[in-house]
Amino acid sequence: MEKKKLITDDGIRYDGRKLDELRPIKFQIGTLKNADGSAYVEWGRTKILVGVFGPRESHPKHLALADRCYIRARYHMAPFSVEERKSPAPSRREIELSKVMREALEPAIFAEFFPRTTIDIFAEVLQADGSTRCAAISAASLALTDAGVPMRDLVSSMAVAKVEGKLVLDVIDQEDKQGDSDMPMAIMPSKNVITLIQMDGLLTHEEFIQSVELAKKGCMEVYAKQKEALEEHFKKTMDREEV
Amino acid sequence: MTNQIIPSVKRKQIIELAESGKRTDGRSLTDMRPVEIQTNVIEKAEGSATVRLGDTYVIAGVKFAIGDPFPDIPNDGVMSVSAEFVPLASSEFETGPPDENAIELARVVDRGLRESKLLDTSKLCIIPGKKVWIAWVDIFILDHRGNLMDAAALAGLSALLTSKMPKAEVSGEEVKVTEEFVPVPLRAIPVNVTMAKIGDKLFVDPSLEEEEVMDCRLSVAFAEDDQKQEKICAMQKGGSGTLTPEELLRAVEIAKVKSQELRKHLPSGGK
Amino acid sequence: MVVPGTLLAEGRYNAGVNVYKEDDKFFSSVVGLAELRNETVTVIPLRGCYIPFVDDVVIGKVVEVISTAWMLDIRSPWQGVLFAKEFLSKPLNTMKEDARSYLDIGGMVKAKVMAFDRTRNPSLTTREPELGKIQRGTVIEADPTRVPRIIGKKGSMINLLKKESGCQIFVGQNGRVWIAGKSRDEEAVVAEAIRKIEAEAHTTGLTDRIQEYLVKHRV
Repeated sequence: MEKKKLITDDGIRYDGRKLDELRPIKFQIGTLKNADGSAYVEWGRTKILVGVFGPRESHPKHLALADRCYIRARYHMAPFSVEERKSPAPSRREIELSKVMREALEPAIFAEFFPRTTIDIFAEVLQADGSTRCAAISAASLALTDAGVPMRDLVSSMAVAKVEGKLVLDVIDQEDKQGDSDMPMAIMPSKNVITLIQMDGLLTHEEFIQSVELAKKGCMEVYAKQKEALEEHFKKTMDREEV
Repeated sequence: MTNQIIPSVKRKQIIELAESGKRTDGRSLTDMRPVEIQTNVIEKAEGSATVRLGDTYVIAGVKFAIGDPFPDIPNDGVMSVSAEFVPLASSEFETGPPDENAIELARVVDRGLRESKLLDTSKLCIIPGKKVWIAWVDIFILDHRGNLMDAAALAGLSALLTSKMPKAEVSGEEVKVTEEFVPVPLRAIPVNVTMAKIGDKLFVDPSLEEEEVMDCRLSVAFAEDDQKQEKICAMQKGGSGTLTPEELLRAVEIAKVKSQELRKHLPSGGK
Repeated sequence: MVVPGTLLAEGRYNAGVNVYKEDDKFFSSVVGLAELRNETVTVIPLRGCYIPFVDDVVIGKVVEVISTAWMLDIRSPWQGVLFAKEFLSKPLNTMKEDARSYLDIGGMVKAKVMAFDRTRNPSLTTREPELGKIQRGTVIEADPTRVPRIIGKKGSMINLLKKESGCQIFVGQNGRVWIAGKSRDEEAVVAEAIRKIEAEAHTTGLTDRIQEYLVKHRV
């Protein structure tokens, strides 16, 4: 495969963005009727639907925890979400991502309020074009909010990659394939704590420190979009002045 | 392991001891447990190693097989890492397909080995676009006494470092494996260091007891090339706690120092 | 409007419902409307499931019959348990009688929460006047967070609904509403009015609009 140059000398990327510029991100709340909470996100061409059920009685019963809620998460990609059809059976990647997605959200949830119950978080990737785990985590935190699950904070996520020697925010497929490193991060924005960090590729110590800063900036931009979407959705039910 | 109820008394004891920099097994917060690596323990494997990290016991074997390349990288060989939590290693492990913990472990170890560019996969090509060598790295957990991540990464690495590779001869479209062996083409060497966060302290190389009460863990792999250049090549947070940005940066500093220490235990390359 | 993690106040306050405290700071744990009353910070939730409280009257749906009790879906994370003696006011002789002959799967029951502490399922009773199996009318489901609006200040909204429609109406704390009128049409109008209240719960002039609606659609 021919390697195309992805970043111009002026720092403009393959799709016209600046190095630290995000793609258009649009969250929608309450898109599903059956789920207790739901959210849909279009993150560039990445499209993900998240549904939350619960807290509800644990089935099977042996999953129930005496002191808190059992949280189950599934990250799953539709067969048609990628160039070459993906088998619908969960891959090893999806199993790992399900785990890290759960662990990125768990710190935010007041699980101790709901002993012996289960919360299910289902994320279906309908189209994948980079940053799917960040998009899924960010949308899931909105679906949990929509379900009224008590939480300490929202969870906002963003990845930093190193492409052609430069650190960039929010990579698309092409950049991901040719990139030297990828570092997804998730934070609880009003607590300034990290709930997800993964990295692969090669980064110097200094580059790593810069990446953390840049990822944080990206997460805060996602956070603003999340709050915007919540306001837009819920203001429909009220016109009372805000307190 | 989600079903375990955190023993709160133990957690309190561990946190209070850590205030004076101590741990229940006598180590300081940054001490690793003793490391013991044995290589070439399985004659039938092209490479193998056992690692004892304290009482944690792991074995890894490397087998080479001829297979098809990935369509997007037709001229590169393939490395595949998997991990098995065998039931004899813990009462918590069950038979059956690998669960999310085993899969996560394998994938984190795999990323460390892969992203460091340890194995020069371009030299694993036999017929471009058609036949390549596949290096299968299989890691078995034999006794789970904490920090499987580092023990497994060390085992996989040690097995690859001391591995030999069969030699293939090509005549036209025919591939024949000879009786000869050649060294495995290796480059930068990754070493993984895992820390558990308990309260506001970081515990290097957590024991099983510490893992049971931890908030979360962070694994950081540093790769060092033949120019002694060090870079971070993989990282993974696990568990449902959080890290502050300061804790994250501190953990990376610690990992940098500890990875150098661990390098001294590595077997010299079997080239 | 506040969202989970919104800082609500700092200093000497009390944390009310849907508010949590960290050091001196008070944060919202849900999406909702923040209120400060008598030094207490609370958030009125816009979304959420029903959390049982002792003495709440709820409408439950039978989902399981076990030998001497019924398990009721009360739209909370935990199913309610209605023991035979709390429903029949006498023990059930399991050798001679089948619990299902009294109350079968799918049956609706108006019941009161007797005890609940999150470590065990909420236990229910019908041993009080007005409680028991629902025999007629319609049961609709509204968002549990909207119950205070459907009832209204000092019952203003529910009284309006009853007066204008002529129906009997009972609003369970878990958001199930029982409506019994002279005809199905009457019940349908009330159901629709409740949908409207749900959708426009926090808007001004709601009571007037509902009155208009009921008058216009009087059967």
